[in-house]
Amino acid sequence: MKILFKSCLVLTALLLGYGFCQAMYIAPTEATMGDVQRIFYYHLPSAWVAFLLFFVNFLASVWYLIRRSVAADAMALASAEVGVSFCTIVLITGPIWARPIWGIWWTWDARLTSTLVLWLIYVSYLVLRHYASGGQVPVLAAALGIFGFVDVPIVYMAIRWFRTQHPQPVIGGGQGSGLDPTMWHAVLWNLAAFAMLAFMFVWVRYRQAIVEHELEEAHAQASLDYETEGAQ
Amino acid sequence: MTSAPSLWAITRRSLVKDLRLEWRSKDAINSMLFFALLVVVIFSFGFDPTAEESRKIAGGLLWVAILFATVVALNQTWTREIRNQVMDAYRLSPAPPQALFLSKTIGNFIFVSILEVLMVPLFVVFYNLRSVGPVWQLLVVALLATWALVVNGTFFAALSIRTRSREIMLPLILFPISIPALLAMVDATTSILTGDNSPIFWMRLLAVYDLVFTTVSLVLFEPVVNAE
Repeated sequence: MKILFKSCLVLTALLLGYGFCQAMYIAPTEATMGDVQRIFYYHLPSAWVAFLLFFVNFLASVWYLIRRSVAADAMALASAEVGVSFCTIVLITGPIWARPIWGIWWTWDARLTSTLVLWLIYVSYLVLRHYASGGQVPVLAAALGIFGFVDVPIVYMAIRWFRTQHPQPVIGGGQGSGLDPTMWHAVLWNLAAFAMLAFMFVWVRYRQAIVEHELEEAHAQASLDYETEGAQ
Repeated sequence: MTSAPSLWAITRRSLVKDLRLEWRSKDAINSMLFFALLVVVIFSFGFDPTAEESRKIAGGLLWVAILFATVVALNQTWTREIRNQVMDAYRLSPAPPQALFLSKTIGNFIFVSILEVLMVPLFVVFYNLRSVGPVWQLLVVALLATWALVVNGTFFAALSIRTRSREIMLPLILFPISIPALLAMVDATTSILTGDNSPIFWMRLLAVYDLVFTTVSLVLFEPVVNAE
């Protein structure tokens, strides 16, 4: 297990390094935006990884309510935490790009707004996990995780309609359909690297959650043994 | 041997009990009303709109005021039951938990509706409102929107009483999930008031939201109420 973990760690580092070279040196400079566009190679993979992790959180939540397995709860926690981190990267890299290109940090465009709402939903999930205590946390969290995920398509529909009714405040929001093949390379390599990075984070957090649970059980067992000894 | 009472019978009895309690104490309604009144007055200090402007912003102000006031009422929904271990009694009884959830939701729906009936005239007076679109549509929007607020609110109130900081927890988990519903109710109301756009899409969205979350709440309420 340890060897597997270490080799995965090395693989992640290599992928991140190669992805960095691809994004910074090999991919051509974008014609109108210049070097600023290179942040896109980190922005897009982070977004995809975050969305994937939120989906994993939903599956783990459902699985927990069906089976009440500790592993599912640990997975739900790990995926939500790492998902929120990656979603934060998306929300930070976006404005950094938007400021020089659109001239504004933020606009209430459909994609931006839905990502922000998504981020808010999963932050509230983490807040609930933090404030709840005892054995009921996993059930409450799983319920909220399912609520959050069910909300996503409704959020998306509402916000798309909300924005299409109003004129777009900025011109040329989309990336356009024609990506240069070397740009695609950079995107895909970074996607692989970020997926691997997220996987490693989830792995570590998952193990931690499991160990934490085992520790709690051991403590409870120890105090129980102590009490029975005292009674004798 | 008599057969077990139906889901609806249990819901009704629990609802009647809640309404009677509220009628005698008036805890929820009074605090909610005064809170909403404060919000309206403070808003009208914050903005000083003309009749044309107020038509555009009144939808947002009204629903935000109602949302805040609803949270005040929702927080009291379950605390009453916790105090005398009524929740434990419910857990032990063979009554389906869905009946408990439905009665609480319907109860909150009634309280918030009363609040709205009292608040809307106030808004009309303070903000000098006159609707351009048909008023009956506002009624439909109000019914759908109120249900959207209370169905999730009642569920999340049951979640948040299990946490350490109960009163703060509820808005923190309720608001993010309610964003699409809030967007829909505000935009539908504004569309009707100004008569600029059709509110039909937003009404449909609210209906879908109500349907989806009523179902999810009913399914998930049992594990939540039984979590020790």
